[in-house]
Amino acid sequence: MTATTPIARANAVAASAASTSAVAANSYAECSARERLAQLLDPGSFHEWLPPAERVMSPHLAQLGVPSAFDDGVAIGRARLDGRTVFVAAQEGAFMGGGVGEVHGAKLVGLLRRALRERPAAVLLLLDSGGVRLHEANAGLIAVSEVMRAVLDARDAGIPVIALIGAANGCFGGMGIVARCTDFVVMSDLGRLAMSGPEVIEASHGVEEFDARDRALVWRTTGGKHRWLSGDCDALVEDEVAAFRRAAIYAMDALPTARAVTLEALEAEHALLARRLALLDAPVSGDDALALWRRLGVEDAASVPDLDVAEVVALRTGAAVPENH
Amino acid sequence: MTAIPPGLETLDFRFAGTRAVPAFAPVLVGVVGSGNLEVMLEPGDGGDCAVHVQTSARGFAPVWQAVLDDFHHRHDLAGVRVSINDMGATPAVVSLRLDQAVRELRP
Repeated sequence: MTATTPIARANAVAASAASTSAVAANSYAECSARERLAQLLDPGSFHEWLPPAERVMSPHLAQLGVPSAFDDGVAIGRARLDGRTVFVAAQEGAFMGGGVGEVHGAKLVGLLRRALRERPAAVLLLLDSGGVRLHEANAGLIAVSEVMRAVLDARDAGIPVIALIGAANGCFGGMGIVARCTDFVVMSDLGRLAMSGPEVIEASHGVEEFDARDRALVWRTTGGKHRWLSGDCDALVEDEVAAFRRAAIYAMDALPTARAVTLEALEAEHALLARRLALLDAPVSGDDALALWRRLGVEDAASVPDLDVAEVVALRTGAAVPENH
Repeated sequence: MTAIPPGLETLDFRFAGTRAVPAFAPVLVGVVGSGNLEVMLEPGDGGDCAVHVQTSARGFAPVWQAVLDDFHHRHDLAGVRVSINDMGATPAVVSLRLDQAVRELRP
């Protein structure tokens, strides 16, 4: 490990991103799931399990008159990253919004359980999901809860699980929880991570509480910069496949084994969340996100949405990070 | 009211092709999203090019026939199994996806 504090870690990732910016950048957000796998992993190294030709498809969608996908919206398999064996899953957000159905979830669980047996250097989850696939109702809900348990089981066995979030659908609902169950979350500034999505909040609490059509508000409250400043992601990168690759390699270097899944770690996380909530105890006038950033120690919070990724990376303070991180 | 019942429509087509494709790994292009489709090519049995379509847009069999006739005239594939999951793609998008899939055929 060359950099020990989160800030130093992030600066190292950002600096390595800047040093290779001459290479033509492929947008991570613009890629399909399979394009991401082809470009992020070592070339030609991805070996897919349950590939499309095996037709392991949703048993539910056809009954509802909805077309199924041959891979049920997720590709899973074994690959190499920087020469090391990894297991990887990539969700395809263009199919059902990346929604987790029964088969989709079972593929994720199977991947994580196989990791217990074969012990790859890490499991990478390329997330692009609105959460549970509502068409599949309870089967989808159960699937997501099984994924959470499988992530924690893999970590408990020492296998790091790394979440990459920068695709168009973001990472919401149950998959938002899954992401925060992992060891290391990489986000781009285009990425979004939250529990309830913007439309859900607006529908349940009213447009005065949250205007889902206000794109700037959506990104201020769920976007990568916000998640970085508030300590919910471990690396903030540009929207480039190569930047995600470097960050994933960095995470593997930094995590020879998974972070401890212990009561102490959980309590430290709870203490952090309590401290963050306390920051907003005093009344906020105007924008909640800007107020939180200010109270986290970001002086010119209003300028954050206009700053480059590297500039935002430098702004995070110790207040955002749990002590054991 | 429409006479067409809800649900998926399944269509099958078969073309006698002359351009045999050497052994290849299955190819998947596209995605099952609104106005889009996925196309999978796999080695087929015999010399025909068989096309299997599942679509949420019912009642367009003549349009599929015309689009696939054009595809067959362009590529004349033999021994290929084409499987399509469609979510209301336009004929132009279907043709582009089919051509994309053929371009990705590799031994």
